Amino acid sequence: MMTWIEQNLPHIYIILPELPESILQTLQMIFIPGVISFVFGIFFGVILIVTRKGGILQNKLVFSILDKVINLLRAVPFVILMSLLDPVSRAVMGTTIGVDGAYIALIIGTVPFFARQIESVLAEVNFGLIEASQSMGASPREIIFRVYLHESIPGITRATTITIISLIGLTAIAGAIGAGGLGDMAIRYGYNRHQIDVTYVTVFLILIIISIIQGIGDYIIKKTTH
Amino acid sequence: MINLEHVSKTFDTASGNVHAVKDVSLHIEPGEIFGIIGFSGAGKSTLVRCINLLERPTSGRVIVDGQDLLELNEKELRAVRKKIGMIFQHFNLMQSRTVAQNIAFPLKGSGLSKAEIAQKIDSLLELVDLKDKANAYPSQLSGGQKQRVAIARAMANDPKVLLCDEATSALDPQTTQSILKLLKEVNERMGITIVLITHEMAVIKDVCHKVAVMENGCVVETGEIVEVFTHTKHQVTKNFIETTSSVSRIHELMAQDSPICRLKAGEVLVQLKYDANNASEALISKISRDYQVDTNIIFGNIEVIRHTPIGDLIVIFSGSKEGIDQAVECLKTNHVSVEVLKQ
Repeated sequence: MMTWIEQNLPHIYIILPELPESILQTLQMIFIPGVISFVFGIFFGVILIVTRKGGILQNKLVFSILDKVINLLRAVPFVILMSLLDPVSRAVMGTTIGVDGAYIALIIGTVPFFARQIESVLAEVNFGLIEASQSMGASPREIIFRVYLHESIPGITRATTITIISLIGLTAIAGAIGAGGLGDMAIRYGYNRHQIDVTYVTVFLILIIISIIQGIGDYIIKKTTH
Repeated sequence: MINLEHVSKTFDTASGNVHAVKDVSLHIEPGEIFGIIGFSGAGKSTLVRCINLLERPTSGRVIVDGQDLLELNEKELRAVRKKIGMIFQHFNLMQSRTVAQNIAFPLKGSGLSKAEIAQKIDSLLELVDLKDKANAYPSQLSGGQKQRVAIARAMANDPKVLLCDEATSALDPQTTQSILKLLKEVNERMGITIVLITHEMAVIKDVCHKVAVMENGCVVETGEIVEVFTHTKHQVTKNFIETTSSVSRIHELMAQDSPICRLKAGEVLVQLKYDANNASEALISKISRDYQVDTNIIFGNIEVIRHTPIGDLIVIFSGSKEGIDQAVECLKTNHVSVEVLKQ
């Protein structure tokens, strides 16, 4: 096995000891910002849905502020967002480099994207259901949790899968400017040093991660769609 | 049970104000099945939503079971809503929950124990005859079954009032009948006051005790169902009643000069309208005996509404001129309205 790698993937063979660490870094950059973005994205998506015109807690001011902030953040390309957020990262995380330095940018880059998707998923919930639950005396809190979110589990899962996959894309960009992980490896060795076998292997590893996530997502959707 | 006093609802839209409901006052007695009929856009759905404040009236008062709902705060209103069930045209069941879970939805926070909730669901499923579907999802049910689940869900908190917003409009005639039968049963067995919105006069005729007819946001006619059918005042109501009867076709047939309404010399084509007061008398035999007038029934429509037969007959009288005149007089004195269509 090792001889095969040495012969066919010579550069990978050299950096093999770094590989587990890079995989771990990528997983960290998916998991930690992923979980945080999931919570905030659902939170802001729900706020958008309930405060919009005709929503159960209609509030023009809250809606338009949130709506504009999300648009603004989504308009900034991620590479630029990273450098813009350097001071925030320094203040919160104490660093702007490495995996720790990438978290803030990954979260801020993901939450608006995810919140918008949650908004459109929740908008799919038939307003008749909301009306029916109001007629049964449900409170806004109950309507959010027991109707909007409960009815949208397959849609939320789909949005989550898409978001995680786009987050993996962001980790590679973050890697390019010093965050580490598989993306960083692909750029440092594969691109900068023309070690094409490193590019192939890292892409292959990312592909495996994406397939697993997609598979889990599809399974949950299948189980929760009735 | 329900008192609407001068209720109006105006919507602000981009194209100006829409007066969906204009100064409507209705009084609905406990245990009554009260129908509200109107063409689409007449404001009936908005009106029924004013009863549980899904729509807040722009002005007026809504009093349900002695409580002025517009004076309640959010929390109090939610408590009152639990006692006002509602069902909808498109059922509005939660796709992510089973039949039993849908019915259990309004029971959360009711203070009932798990076992009590299970028992309650069981008895509701029995009421709507869906015991074998407890663990099915709504997507596996037919329209009629979905509406039954919706009825069970609406009944979960033992409401005093059940609002039905076009509850049968998405169902085929046979299923409509079975749902109406269930509503009647619920009304009779549990004494629930039912307010039923529809655009089908047949539905009103089948189950309602009283009816209000709406047009352009106003109630144009209201009263006991038999009264409204026999002494119709407003043109809209007449139009609705005609939809349930074939009698109005006579005008069409006359215009087409159909062979069935061609008359021989000495014959008269008339429309007879009668109600409870005279339906039991053998008037047609009587005129044939007393005035030698033969009656040829072309077609007619006879209904039993709330145990009262009412109907229309299109007939051809033949006999002497004198005999026919006397026969018509005799019918009129017996409160049968006679309209001569063709001589």
